Amino acid sequence: MNGLRTTAPIAWCPGCGNFEILNSVMAVLEELQSEGFPLEKFILVSGIGNHGKIVDYLHVNSFNSIHGRTLPAAEAIKLANPDNKVICFVGDGDSYAEGFEHLIFAAKRNIDLTVVVHNNRTYGLATGQFTPTTQQSYRGSTMPYGAKERNFNPLELLLYSGATFVARGYPVKREHFRKLLKDAITHRGFSFIDVLQVCVTFNNLYEAYNESVEEVEVYDPSDFQEALRVISSWDYSTSGGSIAIGKFFETDRTSFEQLFPRLEPAGPERELKLQRLLDRFV
Amino acid sequence: MPEVSVLAGGQTGYGIDSAGVLISRLFSRLGYRIYLKHDYPSLIRGGHQFVIVRASKDQIAAHSDLVDIVLGFNQDAIDLHKTNLKENTLIIYDSARVQLDGLSQSTVINLNVREILDAAGASPAMDRFCLIGALCRALQIDFVFLEELILKFDAELAELKLRTARMGYDQARPVDTLQPLAQPVLPALNGCQAMGLGLLKAGMQAYIGYPMTPVSPLLELFAGLEPEFGLHVVLPESEIAVMLSALGYSYMGVKNAVGTSGGGFSLMVEGLGLAGQAELPVVVVMAQRSGPSTGMPTYTAQTDLHFVLHAGHGEFPRLVVAPGDADEAYYWAGVAMNKAWYYQMPAFILVDRTVCLNMYSFDSQSVPELEDEPPILWQGPGRYQRYQKTENGISPLAFPPLPGQAVKTNSYVHDEYGVVSENPAIAKGVVDKGLLKERHLAEELLSWPAVKVYGQGSEALLCWGSNKGVCIEVAGKLGLKVIQLLVLAPFPSQALAEALDGVERLISVECNATGQLAQLLEQNRFHVDEQILKYDGRPISLEDLETSLRRVMK
Repeated sequence: MNGLRTTAPIAWCPGCGNFEILNSVMAVLEELQSEGFPLEKFILVSGIGNHGKIVDYLHVNSFNSIHGRTLPAAEAIKLANPDNKVICFVGDGDSYAEGFEHLIFAAKRNIDLTVVVHNNRTYGLATGQFTPTTQQSYRGSTMPYGAKERNFNPLELLLYSGATFVARGYPVKREHFRKLLKDAITHRGFSFIDVLQVCVTFNNLYEAYNESVEEVEVYDPSDFQEALRVISSWDYSTSGGSIAIGKFFETDRTSFEQLFPRLEPAGPERELKLQRLLDRFV
Repeated sequence: MPEVSVLAGGQTGYGIDSAGVLISRLFSRLGYRIYLKHDYPSLIRGGHQFVIVRASKDQIAAHSDLVDIVLGFNQDAIDLHKTNLKENTLIIYDSARVQLDGLSQSTVINLNVREILDAAGASPAMDRFCLIGALCRALQIDFVFLEELILKFDAELAELKLRTARMGYDQARPVDTLQPLAQPVLPALNGCQAMGLGLLKAGMQAYIGYPMTPVSPLLELFAGLEPEFGLHVVLPESEIAVMLSALGYSYMGVKNAVGTSGGGFSLMVEGLGLAGQAELPVVVVMAQRSGPSTGMPTYTAQTDLHFVLHAGHGEFPRLVVAPGDADEAYYWAGVAMNKAWYYQMPAFILVDRTVCLNMYSFDSQSVPELEDEPPILWQGPGRYQRYQKTENGISPLAFPPLPGQAVKTNSYVHDEYGVVSENPAIAKGVVDKGLLKERHLAEELLSWPAVKVYGQGSEALLCWGSNKGVCIEVAGKLGLKVIQLLVLAPFPSQALAEALDGVERLISVECNATGQLAQLLEQNRFHVDEQILKYDGRPISLEDLETSLRRVMK
C-alpha cells in the first residue's frame, strides 16, 4: 500500500480516462485531509462498469454496489451519519440508463452527496454498445447500422430535478477538473459532475474533445436560466462542436439529511416507550 | 354466551373497518380474546366491505363463517351474507336502508339510523356508533365500556358520537348476555403492528418502505413513531431503492427493516443478491397476497414460499421465519432482526395478508422473551478486514468512520479485505463461508421453537403461517395433532422428525394451489399424505377446514 492506493492491480486499459479520475480523486482527498477532514470520514460508493473498480484502488471506506444502484445505497449511508462525506462514482450506462430514476430522485431530495459520472458514452465492460449519451454517429457492436433513438442531455434533467451543483469536467484539463471535483465535494447538497471520460478501446474521443472542449465560467452560478443556456448548448448527439466544461450551476437549499433525526442506538428507555405504545392498543 | 361472532357489513370507505376495530376493543375490554377478519376490495370508496369479529375466552386466530350477530349498514350486508346466517342470528340493521324481506331470522333489532343521526346532530359517518350502541344493549354490555373507548380512540367530536351511541343503545333491547371475563385485558393488534413492536424491541432504528398492501400499516406505524423513537422512516422511489437503501444503512451499522409484498419483492430481489454477496444484514417483511402480478391486491395467499426460499441468483444462506398470529409475528420479527445481524445475512419474516391486516389479542407473555442482541463487533488490533476468515464464517463487523481503517464491502467476489478477486480459491472460500454460517445457524435453530406441536394423535395437520389458528381449533375438535413450521430455512429437519413421531397420516393445509410446504417437505425427504388447498384469496374458515377434513379423512 502506497498512501491512499491499495495493492489491487489496476484493471483498466492503458490510456483509459479513468486513470486521471483516480489520480484526481487521490489528490483532492489528500488535499481535503491536509485541510483537516479525516480520511476515515470519506465513503466511496460505486456502481458496476469499469468506473466501479476505482474504489478497489483506494484505501478508503467503500461500498461497491450493483449496476445502476449506487445512489440509493449512498443516500442511506449519508442519512445514517451525516458527518461523513459520501462520493459516488457511477457510469453512463450504469446511472443514465439502468439507474437514472435514482439520480433524478437524489437530485430532487438535494441529499448531500457528490456524484461523479464516468461518462465514456459507451458500455466499456460490456464491450461497446450505445448508452443514453453516445454520439449518434457511433457504430456499436449491437447497432452496426447506427442509432435508432436520440440522446438525452443528463445535465438538463438533473438541473430541472433540483440538483444544487451541476458541472461538466474533462480530466485531461487536470487543474480545472480537480478544482471542480473539490468544489463538488465541499458543496453542501446534491453535487453532480458529468465527466468526459474517454474509453480508448470502444469510443476514443480524446482528439475530438481536445479540439472542442471549452472552459466556461458562468457569471452568476445561481442563475438557473444562464445555467440552462450553457448546458443546452451541446446535446451529446455529437462529439464535436463546442463542448462547455465548468461549474454551470450552484445554489443553496435545505438538504435531505438535515430533515432526519440523528440516529442513536436504542437505549433502555425504549422498553418504557414500547410499554406505553402497547397501551395505545388496549 | 361463551363466545360471540359479529359480522358488520357496508360500503367500502365508510367506516366498516373502524367499526370492526371498535367492536374488537369492546370485547377485549370485557376480557375476551378476539380475532378480526377484514374483507375489502381494492378500491377507496364503494364496493362491499365486511368484518367478522369473533370473541372467545381462549386465544383464537380463525373466523367462523356462521355468525351470531349481523350489523347491517346497508342492503348488501344482508343480501351478500345469507350463507353466514344461522337460524338464531340476531340482525341489527338500519331500517332506513335495509329490507329483511324473506329472511327466516326472527330476532331482529331495527333502528332508523338516519333519524337518530339527525336527532343527535351527528354526521352520516357516525352511523357505526349508533349500531354499536345497539350491539351493547343487545348483549347487555355496560355502556361505560363503549364510552371509554370512544373517549380514548375517537376523541374528536366525542360528544356527538357518544350521544349517537347512547340513542342506539336506548332504542335497542337486551337479547343475550356477554359476561365480562375475569382475565387480563389484552391489546388488540394486527400482525403488522405486532411485527413493528418486535422489530423495535430488537433495536430497529430505520425502516425503509414503498407503500404496498398488505404491509402499509407497518410503514404508517413507524412513520407515526419517528420522533418518539428517533427512527428514520424513508420512502424511496421504488422497491429497488428500498433494498439498496436498507443495505446502505446496514453497511453503516444501523439496524433496519424493509416491508413489501410479492410485486415489490420482485424488484428487491436484485438487491437481495448484493446482501448475500456482501454479507449485509437485512430484514425483509414479505407479506404474501394473491398473485401473480397484480392479482387480487387485498386478498390473501401463501404462494410465495419457494420464491422467498430461492430468490436471487447465486447461492447464499438466508433465514426464513413464518409467524402465524400477532404473538408469533412479534417474537419472530425480533428473532429475524437479531439473527440477520448475528449471521450477517438476509432474514425474512414471511407472512400474508391474513396475518398482516387481521387483528388478534396480543399476549407477549405467550412467547419467549425478546432481547436486542448485539452482533459480533471487531475489537482490533491490526488492519480491519471486513471479510476476515473465522471458524464459524462470521467476520466481525465494524462501521465507518474508524480512524486509520477502511471498511470495504463489495458486490463482486472479494478477498478478506473486500477488494474484488476472481481467484478460484478465494471464490470457493466466499461460498464456503456462507455455507459455514448457514450450518451454525442450523445448529442454533435446534434450541428454538422452530416446529410447534399442538395436541396429539396418529393423524396430524401440517401448516405454516396464518393457518395455524384454524388448524389448532378444528384439530382440537376432531382429535388431531397439529404440526406448525415456524422456520422454513434453514429447514428444521430434526425438529420436524421429532414432531412426526407417531404420526401415521399427515395432512397439509395451505392457501396455494400447488402445496408449496408439502413440496418443501418432499425435498427434505418427508412425506405428506393428503393436501387441503385453498386459493381463492380468502382465508380458511373453521367450517371450510372441517368440511375438507371430513372429506379427506373418509
